[in-house]
Amino acid sequence: MNLIKLAWRNIIHDPLNLFLNLVLLTLGIGLINFILLLNTQLKDKFEKNLAGVDMVVGAKGSPLQMILSAMYHIDAPTGNISIKEATPFLREKHPLIAQSAPLSLGDNHKGYRIIGTDHTFLKFYDAEINKGKLWNNLYDVTIGDEVAKTLGLKLGSKFKSSHGFTDDEDLQHDHGTLTVVGILKPTGSVIDQLILVSTESVWAVHDHDHEGHDHDEEEHDHDHEGHDHEHDGHDHDHEGYNHDGQDHDHGDHHDHSGHGHDHSAHNHQNDLSRAHLLTHEHKDITSILVRFKNKTNFQALTMPRNINENTDLQAASPAYEINRLYDMMGVGTKALQLLALLIAIVSAISIFVSLLNSLKRRKYELSLLRVMGGKPTKLLTLILLEGLILAVLGFLLGMVVSHFSMSALGGNLQDKYNYQFAAWTTHGKELLLFGGTIALGLLAALLPALMAYKTDIHENLSEG
Amino acid sequence: MLETKNLSHQYNKSQKFNFPDISCQPSETLLVLGSSGVGKTTLLHILAGILKPTEGKVIIDNTTLYSQGSNALDTFRGQNIGLVFQKPHFVQAVSARENLVLAQSMAEQKVDKQRIDQLLSSLNISTRASAKTHTMSQGEQQRLSIARALVNNPKLILADEPTSALDDKNCNEVVELLLKQAETVNAALVIVTHDSRLKNIFSNHIELH
Repeated sequence: MNLIKLAWRNIIHDPLNLFLNLVLLTLGIGLINFILLLNTQLKDKFEKNLAGVDMVVGAKGSPLQMILSAMYHIDAPTGNISIKEATPFLREKHPLIAQSAPLSLGDNHKGYRIIGTDHTFLKFYDAEINKGKLWNNLYDVTIGDEVAKTLGLKLGSKFKSSHGFTDDEDLQHDHGTLTVVGILKPTGSVIDQLILVSTESVWAVHDHDHEGHDHDEEEHDHDHEGHDHEHDGHDHDHEGYNHDGQDHDHGDHHDHSGHGHDHSAHNHQNDLSRAHLLTHEHKDITSILVRFKNKTNFQALTMPRNINENTDLQAASPAYEINRLYDMMGVGTKALQLLALLIAIVSAISIFVSLLNSLKRRKYELSLLRVMGGKPTKLLTLILLEGLILAVLGFLLGMVVSHFSMSALGGNLQDKYNYQFAAWTTHGKELLLFGGTIALGLLAALLPALMAYKTDIHENLSEG
Repeated sequence: MLETKNLSHQYNKSQKFNFPDISCQPSETLLVLGSSGVGKTTLLHILAGILKPTEGKVIIDNTTLYSQGSNALDTFRGQNIGLVFQKPHFVQAVSARENLVLAQSMAEQKVDKQRIDQLLSSLNISTRASAKTHTMSQGEQQRLSIARALVNNPKLILADEPTSALDDKNCNEVVELLLKQAETVNAALVIVTHDSRLKNIFSNHIELH
């Protein structure tokens, strides 16, 4: 019989002690690993979704809230800004800005946010089309991979958007049926969970709801509304017309010879060019994502401060705000980590005490092993092995518990924020944690093992 | 086989034991008698390689016991000396049979299942082989401890008060078993006891004073 087997038999000989030791170890290690799992993935999500955005411009309010809403899509926006105010940052030939994307937030479909923007948005996330095409026409949507998978949307699927950011049937917009024309490749970033439409589609849906028959100065809008209104009045026609429109689109949507022409053609084609967007001076968008040409450029560095001081807009640096968020979360995480560490230490003490107790009980047994020819080093190894086996068991159970908790929390977070968390992945620190647990088990067993090593057979047997 | 020369042991200034020279050949039995406090256990532990005497030599099978290193001594003890105690103690976490397996592996011997089965059946405890030792009767436990002393076919069997807790019937039974088993493996048997019942059975005895 080898020592590992004997150590194992000794451990299970005292189930109550085994239970206590394992509960403590599992709790400590499970908690530590759970925090590590969550932290690693949170940081990963935050960092991946920084997406090379150097500055976000939006309405005044909490800069963190603006970043969370414009880049992570987990908070409400701070408000809207007018195209007129936003024009400097949306201009395509800005000397400092490499690229910028306007965002119009406010609607969702089954909890997935609808973003009114143009195609530059994709560049921030290196997103590419997987099936179908990008949104070009009014009410066209291109959806992220996860949206498609979770909601089972396909090319040609139609849905109506809801107002706000949570799934609420009562807030569904009456106007503007959106049609899926494209699905993006999965990127692992937040764009996977977004529904992308043109800025004008967002306006169009909202103008109807909030303004009714809005006799807008601008002809394009008026045109759109007019059509839409008609369609809604005659449902059958609407459906038919829409299909027609789409059929035409395939043929000619590349053929932009000017917006005037597009609109007069009544084919819902919608000019996505930046110049066209900037003509709607009195319309609102929510925020702008900005990437600088050179982010260490002095003017680029001072730009957010200039905006905050001299305009009604607010500018914030995502990296800075996210670091601030880490700092705030850090306090809670640290407290939890400390608690977990404390539990781990208590579990080590518990192993130490129970080994010491069992040693007293097994004094005679250990002497017997020596009488039977066992060397002192064998007894040392035996007790160390008992600590080691407990540590390994505790580690394995801790892993199971932490990954299951992560899986449960991941489901919860997915429901709330649409972010997907992987419960069954590993991270480099798990190996470190394993090493730490082993060290803890060995340390707890060290003194009892040394005592076993020094067993005085003569004395023990004489007391016998 | 077993020989001692000028053995004495001193625990402290006031307590010193001097032991007469002992000699015991294979298949022979030696009874060491003495009342409590005369150093019976001390002598037994010295003979077993558990306690190094202050003076003197123990020679077993041409090996001077305490001239070897402590690791070698442990292995030598495991392989060549079988001990039977007054109160049988076992490793509680494992079964009766596994206690015998342990005796073999601790002595760095190959596990010999046949030898174990044979011992269990000749000591009439085969049916209890998989029982935990604390569930066994006292007689069964005593027989198992004899089996453990014999499992490695030792050259010397040392028994420490093997009968003093037993009634006459069991006493005779245990003595007979010890004698028979020692003979089978051709071992020298030394019984250390204060039990004067044994005096009548063994002719070869010395008394400690």
